Amino acid sequence: MQVRNDKGIIKWILIGISALFLITMLVLPLLYVIITALRDGFAAYQNAVTDSYALKSIGLTVKVTVITVIVNSVFGLFAAWLITRFQFRGKKIISTIMDLPLSISPVIAGLVFLLTFGRQSIIYPFLEAHDIQIIFAQPGIILATVFVTLPFISRELIPVLTVIGNEEEEAAALMGANGFQIFTQITFPHIRWAFLYGVVLCSARAMGEFGAVSVLSGHLRGLTNTMPLHIELLYQGFDFTGAFAMSSILIVMAVIILILRNLLEYRGKKELET
Amino acid sequence: MPDHTQTYVELKHISKTFKNFKAADDISFSVEKGKLIGLLGPSGSGKTTILRILAGLETADSGEIYIDGKPVSQIPAGKRGIGFVFQNYALFRHKTVFDNIAFGLKINHWKKGDIQYRVDELMELVGLTGLEERYPKQLSGGQRQRVAFARALAVQPQLLLLDEPFAAIDAKVRKELREWLRELINQVGITSIFVTHDQDEAVEVADKIIITNHGRIEQTGSPVEVYNNPRTPFVVQFLGNPISIDHTRFKGFRDTTADASAVIRPEYITVRKKNEPCPHPATTEEGIVERVAFRGNVMELTVRVHGQHLTAYRQLGQELIHEGENVNVFLQRIYLIGADGESVTIAVDESLRRENG
Ligand SMILES: Nc1ncnc2c1ncn2[C@@H]1O[C@H](COP(=O)(O)OP(=O)(O)OP(=O)(O)O)[C@@H](O)[C@H]1O
Ligand SMILES: [Mg+2]
Repeated sequence: MQVRNDKGIIKWILIGISALFLITMLVLPLLYVIITALRDGFAAYQNAVTDSYALKSIGLTVKVTVITVIVNSVFGLFAAWLITRFQFRGKKIISTIMDLPLSISPVIAGLVFLLTFGRQSIIYPFLEAHDIQIIFAQPGIILATVFVTLPFISRELIPVLTVIGNEEEEAAALMGANGFQIFTQITFPHIRWAFLYGVVLCSARAMGEFGAVSVLSGHLRGLTNTMPLHIELLYQGFDFTGAFAMSSILIVMAVIILILRNLLEYRGKKELET
Repeated sequence: MPDHTQTYVELKHISKTFKNFKAADDISFSVEKGKLIGLLGPSGSGKTTILRILAGLETADSGEIYIDGKPVSQIPAGKRGIGFVFQNYALFRHKTVFDNIAFGLKINHWKKGDIQYRVDELMELVGLTGLEERYPKQLSGGQRQRVAFARALAVQPQLLLLDEPFAAIDAKVRKELREWLRELINQVGITSIFVTHDQDEAVEVADKIIITNHGRIEQTGSPVEVYNNPRTPFVVQFLGNPISIDHTRFKGFRDTTADASAVIRPEYITVRKKNEPCPHPATTEEGIVERVAFRGNVMELTVRVHGQHLTAYRQLGQELIHEGENVNVFLQRIYLIGADGESVTIAVDESLRRENG
């Protein structure tokens, strides 16, 4: 009995600490964002988010996110397939390098691209001769975002592919199925929830990416400003209503993604159990 | 008249090394058309590796495989005309029973009506009619296995490979399935090779058994032949319920080489009560029964003779022998493993030898 009581007390203390922490760290700031966004009335809020620069930044963010997700889906599927289905020298190195973006600071990632494609780079004359602009233009932003979110999808797929094994694939191959048929009909049904989960995580990160993009964007209003960059610009111009209004949109997007994430995680778990 | 003993599958000097582990070491054997071959060996002896190489799921480091007279090393797995039943079936978890069986047919562009007809036919053959819309997880182990058979047979392969087809099924159902498989294979008339580490299974079902150990073939032959005439020490120790004895202490084998080691199986030991007739008194030993165990269809006796424990069987109908009883023990034959550890000879009791001239 004594033991149980102790456990009860500890449980409540832990719950209290966690709740306090979450409230100060998450709930209050979010509430503050919403309140500030709406403090000059709904009309001001509406003005702020329908401002042409704001709309352009939303458009750019959506565009960057969509392209990033497509690129990383293709890369993630291939990489996960390669790593779980083939034996080769240097496999460890490849999977370690793939995870690099998780441990590198995004700012450094941005700088790396700046050096690779910027004026100091040896390929800059070539790029200039062909009128290809990467730095301080949308391709640079996309490159940086792709880099930062590179491992998100493959990391979701690799454990699932490992667990399901390749016997079903071998069985299909023995019946004469080719690689494409095996992938679409046998393998993909197993990984679709994990894949969607990876897509969701990748989108969330792509939308919110600031550091790497900030280095490469050049902050051209209406051209290379994504939502996070636009928010920073507004904030530095003391347009708090505008900054927080845009933030609230990002927050809503994040919440939607959070809900999607939980749904997918639930589906994926159910899938693995069968 | 067709030749009924033509070779259908032939493996010649197949070797396969993983890292530095020899999983298949100079494997050669052939399979006649329409026969059922049992590949028997302890865990890790390379049985699965041989099947996988044969199916084209693994490539051999050296050696040649011929199916129906043609070398197949350049033919991809999907084009070898082989049906494969995996150890844990590898059914497509996301497909219904119907779609599992129909998969190979669809891949091979069968017409819709033909697919329906073929699947119906197979479902009837394996006795699962009515379960078409189930998913593999909604089936029992035995049913899953039947689906795996039906799927493997769907595209009418010329060769069926089965990797421990009964391993995941409980003992009773296993026996039924064994007979069912034997019948099914007879009915379809397909050349088959199945892997097992259960000797009863191999001996009961197969036309021919191949015993593997450490990636090598130890012995090949009909079950009776291999069981009665084991040719290597490994096979002697592997089949039946062998017991090692010191044969020099037994009267019937005094003239056999002393530096060999000896093995005997329970079925070659006769235990008689003192009041029962004793046909070979000169070489009969006396022993004490230490344990009597009921084994369902026989009594298993543990008898101590010259300080050694022997296991023997006694029919249920005979008069009961009790623990602690003095009995007559007669050893018919033993297997002698030469001091070199390579040769095996059979030694028959002296009195029996004299009797048979
Ligand atoms: N892909 C592989 N990589 C490395 N070693 C392997 C591989 N496949 C098999 N082996 C090794 O080769 C040996 C033979 O394996 P195999 O699966 O053929 O044995 P088996 O006779 O089928 O055993 P079991 O009865 O346990 O299934 C084993 O020691 C195994 O560890
Ligand atoms: Mg095996």
